[in-house]
Amino acid sequence: MISDTTQVIDSLAATQSGGEDTSWILHHILDSKYILGVIPSPEIYLFGIDLTITNHVVFMWIAAAILFIVFRKVANSYKKSLTPKGVSNFMEVLILFVRDEIVKPTIGHGYEKFLPYLLTVFFFILTCNFLGLIPGGATATSNISVTASLAVISFIVTQAGGIMKNGFFGYFKGLIPSGVPGWLLPIMGIVEFLGLLTKPFALAVRLFANLTAGHIVIYALLGLIFILKTYYVAPVSIAFALFIYMLEILVSLIQAYIFTMLSSLFIGMAVHQDH
Amino acid sequence: MNYSLLAFAVSSGESQGGLLDVSPGLIVWTVITFIFLLLILMKFAWKPILSSLNEREKRIQDSLEAAEKAKADAEKIVADTQANLAKAEEEARKIISQGREYSEKLKEQMLAESKAQAQKMVDEASIEIERKNQEAFNALKDQVVTIAVEASEKIIRENLDKEKQKTIVQRYLQDLAKN
Repeated sequence: MISDTTQVIDSLAATQSGGEDTSWILHHILDSKYILGVIPSPEIYLFGIDLTITNHVVFMWIAAAILFIVFRKVANSYKKSLTPKGVSNFMEVLILFVRDEIVKPTIGHGYEKFLPYLLTVFFFILTCNFLGLIPGGATATSNISVTASLAVISFIVTQAGGIMKNGFFGYFKGLIPSGVPGWLLPIMGIVEFLGLLTKPFALAVRLFANLTAGHIVIYALLGLIFILKTYYVAPVSIAFALFIYMLEILVSLIQAYIFTMLSSLFIGMAVHQDH
Repeated sequence: MNYSLLAFAVSSGESQGGLLDVSPGLIVWTVITFIFLLLILMKFAWKPILSSLNEREKRIQDSLEAAEKAKADAEKIVADTQANLAKAEEEARKIISQGREYSEKLKEQMLAESKAQAQKMVDEASIEIERKNQEAFNALKDQVVTIAVEASEKIIRENLDKEKQKTIVQRYLQDLAKN
């Protein structure tokens, strides 16, 4: 038994020393201080926080820049005519999808206040997801820090919306469903409060895990070629990687949709507590 | 070669870290990026785009309503026109029948008048004829008297015996009386 274990450890050590280290997968997925993998970024420290512009920050900025350029163009095209063509028309389809299929049915009355936030979330996540699919790109949304930040923003918007609509005490009183027996109140309070916190946690982990998993699978499939050291596995690896890549396009769309949908749903639940 | 060196530098420069490591710097940057993006897009994109979409939807709604209204108006106008047309036709028919009636009356009146006039003319003519007759008769009488006087003169000149004279005068008178 012991000898078996040592053997395994030995073989593991041998693999790692033999250059078959698999940490390169993580290296590609994790954030790095080398922008696009090659340009070193100056380290910035402020109040003891490492504020270095990392690769993922750069890709978020790229996404933001793309969104700004595209949507300013779309906005300008409306000045010329109310029925724009081309890119504007396509973006209009997406905007109307978010408005009519996600935000309106989930929030209902008074949805206009939250529409800009939810549109931004949808297009930002979508663009970040797609940037990660470009060779050489990095997926900012496959970083738990990024998704957690987005989820916390969603949480704050949800609570702020609920409090603004129902008042501070009214909102927290409304969290506990009416008709609960008195002795259950403390437990229900704790449960509902935990429920509030699990929602953004689920949002963050869902986006992070979905975007990370696809990339890991692609790298693992391609890595088979190098680990097995044979060209024969290449066609299979590439075919499967391509399939996963296609799947990732779908996942990118679906996760942007789901994040927006759930945020919108939580906002709707916070704003209209009675149902 | 270069690549593996980089990998080495990264793994030695910072702890390689795991998937679930949370980096506070990235959180700060994400929040800043997202909030700036939200504010900028709100001003430059969402506000104009959404207001344009609303305006377009409103315009379509208005156009549909206007079209509906125009259609109703047109239908009303058509109905009015048809009613007017029927009324006008009715009126025309009435006028025609009135005209016919009037002309009938006029015809009868004229006929009667002309008949009366003809009668009058005939009457006048017969009176005239009577008068002319009388005149002619009177003229004839005068002529006869003249002729008789002349004849008697002649006779008187030719034979003036008493007896003969007497019979002649008598005969003459008789003839006169006859006439």
